[in-house]
Amino acid sequence: MSQEPAAKKKKGHVTVREAWCKGCAICVEFCPEQVLVMERGKATVAYPDRCTACNLCELRCPDFCITVSVKGE
Amino acid sequence: MSNASQQRVRVLTGNEACAEGALAAGMRFYAGYPITPSSEIAEVLAEQLPRYGGVFIQMEDEIASMGAIIGASLAGSKAMTATSGPGFSLMQENIGYAAMAEVPCVIVNVMRGGPSTGLPTLPSQGDIMQARWGTHGDHPIIALTPFSVAETFSLTVRAFNLAEQYRTPVILLLDEILGHVNEKVELPKDGEIALVNRTLPHDPPERYLPYRHTESGVPPMVSFGQGYRYHVTGLAHDESGFPTNRASEIEKLLDRLHRKIEQNRDHIVEVEAYEMEDAEIGLISFGSSARASRHAVRLAREAGKKAGLLRIKTLWPFPDQEIQAYGDRVKKWIVAEMNRGQLAHEVEWALCGRAPIHRVTVYNGDPISPLTILNRINQLD
Amino acid sequence: MFNYDQYLRLDKFPLIWCSGCGDGIVLKSLLRAVHKLGLQKDQICMVSGIGCSSRLPGYVDFNTLHTTHGRALTFATGIKMARPELTVLVITGDGDATAIGGNHYIHAARRNIDLTVLLFNNHIYGMTGGQVSPTTAKGKKASTAPYGSFENTFNISGLAQAAGASFVARSGVYNPVQLENYIVKAIQKKGFSLVEIMSPCPTAYGRRNREGTPVDMIAWQKENSVPVAKAGQLTPEELEGKLITGILVDIERSECRAEYQKLIDRLAQS
Ligand code: SF4
Ligand code: SF4
Ligand code: SF4
Repeated sequence: MSQEPAAKKKKGHVTVREAWCKGCAICVEFCPEQVLVMERGKATVAYPDRCTACNLCELRCPDFCITVSVKGE
Repeated sequence: MSNASQQRVRVLTGNEACAEGALAAGMRFYAGYPITPSSEIAEVLAEQLPRYGGVFIQMEDEIASMGAIIGASLAGSKAMTATSGPGFSLMQENIGYAAMAEVPCVIVNVMRGGPSTGLPTLPSQGDIMQARWGTHGDHPIIALTPFSVAETFSLTVRAFNLAEQYRTPVILLLDEILGHVNEKVELPKDGEIALVNRTLPHDPPERYLPYRHTESGVPPMVSFGQGYRYHVTGLAHDESGFPTNRASEIEKLLDRLHRKIEQNRDHIVEVEAYEMEDAEIGLISFGSSARASRHAVRLAREAGKKAGLLRIKTLWPFPDQEIQAYGDRVKKWIVAEMNRGQLAHEVEWALCGRAPIHRVTVYNGDPISPLTILNRINQLD
Repeated sequence: MFNYDQYLRLDKFPLIWCSGCGDGIVLKSLLRAVHKLGLQKDQICMVSGIGCSSRLPGYVDFNTLHTTHGRALTFATGIKMARPELTVLVITGDGDATAIGGNHYIHAARRNIDLTVLLFNNHIYGMTGGQVSPTTAKGKKASTAPYGSFENTFNISGLAQAAGASFVARSGVYNPVQLENYIVKAIQKKGFSLVEIMSPCPTAYGRRNREGTPVDMIAWQKENSVPVAKAGQLTPEELEGKLITGILVDIERSECRAEYQKLIDRLAQS
């Protein structure tokens, strides 16, 4: 939203519930910041610092594996 | 005469008595589709149910009607549908669902001649086996068969009581003659009718098992929306109601479904013995054919023959023990029915060759006449 | 961070659906919608038919009913007529609702009975192994259309609209927030509400038709969605093969159970 200046970009904390991950890679491919990668058939958080808490991965993971929280909230 | 108010004595058809019986039993949800010769049941209820605050809805077909009454029953209403042969065929899949998911409901089939469109306005009793085995798979069922307008009222009430007590679909088999015949009946007052309601759980929601393997075989049942959030499926399920593929659970479920009926069969099964004390020739019949049979027994007795009638009120589970009880004394049996011998076949099965069984079968749309049965009695000498 | 767990039967997880199946994305949108509306779990009754999507009720902590193939709307009609205070949600698919259950579908819409229907359209019978459905596009392959389907398809939303539904929206799993908003509106609407949801089936449909990975199938929705307002400005040729999304119907029309209540009340007074 426009109220938030780009400089104050949010920082996110993303986790993957690996046990339920079916390796569809939807979260990986739709993450705008390339935070996630596929590793041995499961999604893994490879670059946590890039996460902007946009939540797109969480919204589209069909298997309830992903949680995203805003750092500092 | 009792002190029943004037309007408790009425002239009704069997179909009308069925509708009145259902209302007296506490039925407050009816879904159905028009079909001869059952439509008067729907017509009476379309007029009456909204006056009781109940629901009447005409669905798009009989499949939908059956689905709707199952839904309504799960939501806490005593629910019923009524139909005839072709519609009864369409209902079968969901009748199996009601048996599997243990949903109390009543299905009335006013039998007409079949197969297929058959004889819409003429009587038959050809749906005996369909009532038992119409839906696929091993399943228990209860089917009741009244023979008079007054008994149509009382057995309709009983159908609801059994459905509620045993969490099962109950089928009420009328036939076209009974559905349309006018008779004087004295209806009981509301307080005089014993009503049974489904057993509620004592367990709190977190411990409630909707398909618990209880001793009686009947799990307590709570309606949707009462704080017990549970799952209902037609798939084989465990005690919690969720699907299972475990052989031991599946077997336990199917055994319990049958056990709850079988171990209570003495309560469920009813027959009426007429002149059977010393009978040597025994008639077995049900529904409107039993009226002709009773008449024939009277005529035979006047002619000095020791004939009697065992009238079946509960067709399923089958009254085999009640028939077998006469096995030593009754020398010959005659089974009278409006089909090609469905009941006779079951009687043969029950008697295992202990006495010869003769048949009076009429399946051309004519009712059975007492004289036809009397002739058969006379031929036996 | 949305807490889905409060609505789930977690002991039934993981979900039965294939890797990349869209159905889980819909389930999440639905739970957020339920939360947004502040609905109590006891007040919700969820009814489904048979098929992949119809397994959904098993995972949610509501009053749940998994019925026979095509008949969910009939059971749901019974529940709604008997207990109008319950919020009744129906989960169904293209085959369940418009092939075997087609008659019930148009009649529930005609009655405009207050049900919210989430229809998962994946253009195939997934659970039984990929047979052709009423929405399998001409030329697309299915196990029972090995040379490609030769039949015309149903426009599922159009069917509900023509039959009298008071709310119809179409969306897809590419856009889970839009989906959530439509579900909210559908539940709020008093009447028959349909949300037709494009939920890809990568296993039974995607592979056979070389539609690529689950990601490719979802990305297809992104590339090919046309908002309904814009669709009006395009020619039929330009719209060929496109997915028109948005709220297609939002009208006021008398609702079945409410009309019945009026009858009860009228008779009680006379
Ligand atoms: S929240 Fe956004 S940025 Fe962070 S991992 Fe998910 S998709 Fe990527
Ligand atoms: S979207 Fe979910 S299931 Fe798919 S890879 Fe990512 S975490 Fe795993
Ligand atoms: S077969 Fe298709 S629709 Fe069914 S679970 Fe798998 S991906 Fe989903």
